[in-house]
Amino acid sequence: MDVLKRRALLAVTLIQVATGLLSAQKITGESSRSPREERFVTEEKTVEGKIILSQVENHVQNETPTRPETPSQPGTPKQPTDTTKVKTMHLDDFVVYGSPLMKEVIPVQKLSGEQLKSLSSFSVADAIRYFSGVQLKDYGGVGGLKTVNVRSMGTHHVGVFYDGIQLGNAQNGQIDLGKFSLENIEEVSLYNGQKSNIFQSGKDFGSSATVYLRSRTPRFAEGKKQNLRASAKGGSFDLINPSVLYEYKINDHLSASVNGEFIHSSGKYKYRYKRVHPTSHEVMYDTTAVRENGDIRSVRLEGGLFGTINEGYWRVKTYFYDSERGIPGAVVNNRWMNPQRQWDRSFFAQGVYRKNVTPRYDILINGKYAYDNMRYLNPDTTLMLIDNTFKQQEGYLSIANRYSLMNWWDAVLSADMQYNTLTSDLAGFVFPKRLTTLIAVASAADLGKVKMQGSVLYTHVRERTDSGNTERDEMVKAAPEKNEFTPAFFISYQPSDRQNFNIRAFYKNIFRMPTFNDLYYTDIGNTQLRPERTHQYNAGFQYDNEQKGKLVQQWQVQADAYFNQVTDKIVAVPKGSGQYRWMMMNLGYVEIRGVDVATSALFEPFKELFLNLRLSYTYQKAQDFTERENPFLQELTYGGQIAYIPWHSGSVIATFTYQSWQLNYSFIYVGERYHSSANIPEDYEQPWYTNDVTVSKRFRIRDVGLRAAVEVNNLLGQDYEVVLNYPMPKQNYKLSLTVEI
Amino acid sequence: MRHVVHKRAVTRKEVVSGGVLAVLLTLLAVLAFLASCRGDVEIVLSEELRLLPDDRSAETHVGFYLLNEGNMGSNKATLDFLDFKKGVYRRNIYAEINPTVPKEMGDVGNDIAIYGSRLYAVINCSNKIEVMNARTTKRIGQVEIPNCRYINFHGKYAYVTSYAGPVTIDPHYEQLGYVGKVDTATLEVVDRCLVGFQPDELEIVGGKIYVTNSGGYMGAGDLKGYERTVSVIDIATFKEEKRIPVAWNLHRIKADKRGDLWVSSRGDYKGYPSRLYFLDREMQQVTDTVPIAATNFWIDDDYLYAYGAEYSYVSVEEWAFSYAIVDTRTHEVVTRDIITDGTEKNIERPYGIMVHPVTKEIYITDAGNLVTPGALYCFTPYGKLKWKVRAGNIPAHFALLPQP
Repeated sequence: MDVLKRRALLAVTLIQVATGLLSAQKITGESSRSPREERFVTEEKTVEGKIILSQVENHVQNETPTRPETPSQPGTPKQPTDTTKVKTMHLDDFVVYGSPLMKEVIPVQKLSGEQLKSLSSFSVADAIRYFSGVQLKDYGGVGGLKTVNVRSMGTHHVGVFYDGIQLGNAQNGQIDLGKFSLENIEEVSLYNGQKSNIFQSGKDFGSSATVYLRSRTPRFAEGKKQNLRASAKGGSFDLINPSVLYEYKINDHLSASVNGEFIHSSGKYKYRYKRVHPTSHEVMYDTTAVRENGDIRSVRLEGGLFGTINEGYWRVKTYFYDSERGIPGAVVNNRWMNPQRQWDRSFFAQGVYRKNVTPRYDILINGKYAYDNMRYLNPDTTLMLIDNTFKQQEGYLSIANRYSLMNWWDAVLSADMQYNTLTSDLAGFVFPKRLTTLIAVASAADLGKVKMQGSVLYTHVRERTDSGNTERDEMVKAAPEKNEFTPAFFISYQPSDRQNFNIRAFYKNIFRMPTFNDLYYTDIGNTQLRPERTHQYNAGFQYDNEQKGKLVQQWQVQADAYFNQVTDKIVAVPKGSGQYRWMMMNLGYVEIRGVDVATSALFEPFKELFLNLRLSYTYQKAQDFTERENPFLQELTYGGQIAYIPWHSGSVIATFTYQSWQLNYSFIYVGERYHSSANIPEDYEQPWYTNDVTVSKRFRIRDVGLRAAVEVNNLLGQDYEVVLNYPMPKQNYKLSLTVEI
Repeated sequence: MRHVVHKRAVTRKEVVSGGVLAVLLTLLAVLAFLASCRGDVEIVLSEELRLLPDDRSAETHVGFYLLNEGNMGSNKATLDFLDFKKGVYRRNIYAEINPTVPKEMGDVGNDIAIYGSRLYAVINCSNKIEVMNARTTKRIGQVEIPNCRYINFHGKYAYVTSYAGPVTIDPHYEQLGYVGKVDTATLEVVDRCLVGFQPDELEIVGGKIYVTNSGGYMGAGDLKGYERTVSVIDIATFKEEKRIPVAWNLHRIKADKRGDLWVSSRGDYKGYPSRLYFLDREMQQVTDTVPIAATNFWIDDDYLYAYGAEYSYVSVEEWAFSYAIVDTRTHEVVTRDIITDGTEKNIERPYGIMVHPVTKEIYITDAGNLVTPGALYCFTPYGKLKWKVRAGNIPAHFALLPQP
């Protein structure tokens, strides 16, 4: 083998090891290797890092897609063993997730590449619905708020990271995943607990569950210096959605990309309320109306520079988002339309730098500045005129250090600092500022069959307030300082080197800070709030199997059982009477017992026809054990399933690929549930389920690659609500065309 | 698929594969089964709860309606009815009696009253007054009044307060409230009289309408943003005559036997507390302040029954509830214990209050956490718990139905 080839092969192997795609035995065919050898291979990577990288990039691009993506859920996604078939790997997998230790310790679910593209999904929120353990709160339509709740711990406990750095919203802690289009996203992954790679910033340790969104990284086919991709989507709700991506290779060590997207939709769709009499089953009323004021117009612009250096890399990214949308509101008796509007303008710039300083020492630096401007207008002449603007700023810097104590033992020390401010023209509002310091100490050990990972995160929060829009004498004091130590511990055990079977367990204790709104919102905020805590106990297993040339080419299953507690849950409680005054209090206590199962398999029933099947199922018993002053009322809610959490939910994705054709069918099921923890007939919600189908075809005209797709969503036109009084669209369509040069 | 499998020799691995396939197909089948579970959505029927028959209360009144507000946006305003003679409490009767009304009674019930043979329910966020037959609860029609708050009657007219007065072109408009005059025969709004900002309860006595102005939308963060007056409207001319200063953020107003007025203020939810004021009708001014918090009150005969819910984040971080009975003749607090058996400790959030005019039994509701059902409590005149029953979400407003 000449040097180049050997390196290329090595690089591919390394990627597979580094991303946990293959166990050691597969690297060299049938012979098994010890973890120590595996480690040795990966260490070589760091020595040859840069060169290997460019080799891989070229190698990857030469491949034409002849077979579908392999299933990437559950857990560690697999790639074909045939090294010439590796085509989805790139920079990120190689460098960012390059730690050899502890890859399969933590439950993870991923959707990426072709499968993500083929789903009938528009925003990140639509894709996340397919993961087990996840409940999506969807207010409907293109512009409707969509937030994700993992394992019933609540939206605020889910950290969302965009290209490695957390998206923040100190004001209300809410990340609207509906705002993140899948257009430029290559991978969406969900970790319970935290990401397996301990070489990460303090913030990565700071949530109960974490969603990572990875946008596209430039890569170039051999001899190519630039890529251009343009796409256009359109369909129901008067959707117009063009986007363009341009990538340019400045030199072997530096490339740039710009990406822009525009979304316009009237948000109009038909919905229907039909009620029958429970005894006679006669139709009592059947009303169809058009959803109004759900329109959206948004622009997203992104630019990035991607550089490699000796033994490392760096990246800079800027993001701009501007939108105006209607807030369609609840549909109630005699009131089928609401006129509230919202404007969002967000900007952030972030950078990452990583370098392998010595063979044993790595450094990772992340930094970010973010500015958010949100204007809310209530021009409803039957209600109070509200026209408020909220401005947030965030500065963030993180330094993470990894030191390899032994071949099998890593230690990490991360230190983060984050500064948040919020100002507003809201009457009576004080202007809070928050300085958060995070220090994480983590260690991972690979003892062969047993792998362990532990971390302790120290969080210090200090807040100050300006008098803002209040008179000085009634200035609200800042919330007291907070000092928190929160541990996490993960362990996995692989009984046999020959089998891709491992069992795993973790415990994690973490909290979410009260938001600025919780603490300071005029007349509602409560500065005495304590953080809301979670304790997670999880045990599960994962099994991967692969048989080349068989009907079932490979399949995987992972299952986890868990017990979570949410203590000091922050809830709004009413105050006074009549004018809807609320007050935030640490009152709630919730226990969650659940099972998440995710399986996937790749079939080849006929030559060149592939079926990629993913199934997920979630059982959750999420009970409200909040003690109440009134024992009579407590009887109604104590032990009740909490609002909007179904006992049973699941999803199916079936992707058929035949040459350049692809048919994707997806199904989501959300079982019966209640919209409050009083599990009474008045609050009962029927199950709902949607069937979505996408057909797509790829073709080439000379050097231009094209992809055309047709989507039909909610095929059976089911009338359903995810959130009470927020009707969802019936059957709807989308067409898309993508051109790549 | 099966064809392909059969062509090959069955190896152990294939058995495993087959097993996997079976598992996957089973899961699919389970999902398909679960998927078959959705049926038509049904209207929710009422529930009947047996209590003790109460013949004494039934001598003068058939029973009473209890309007449950339902939290904003939930569309859960519901009606309950207690039949004294049968001792039966029927919960959530509106949808069953009027099943063809799309989206049922509506969003946030704010007031209820019986006038003549009709029952009027003010549904705040549905921008309407639901008009029903007082005996049968059958819907008659509705009056469209945006952001309607409270209702009262005089002659052939109903008078309704609304927060939603006319709007100027100014983008930062401020909206005065008004009192709408509704012809009870046609259910049309025939006239409007502008008052202060965000008017709440209204009382009619001596040919005048007295309206409490709250300014509730204006005061957030600044006490002086609230209103502090009672508007006086002459019934004959339907014009605002004057405003009588009382206190910040007024809410309730009720006349006693002598036609003098009792007015409550909500306070600012901070340092400035909720209070009860005496407005002398002859002098047309406030002549006395009773040092109790009065979030809600009911006047029966010469006595005023009040409770107060106050939150203070200036001093202690705690809710404070207090109860009191005031003698409307002497303005003295007769007692600070309406409930005498300790039940008050279990009441999370007292909300509605009513006293039976003959038996003097006291009805108090507990709104609980607002998003799940509350409860209705019945106490003897001596404050001992007689019974309790689960009501709807935020049980709040009473309307006694007299015997025909």
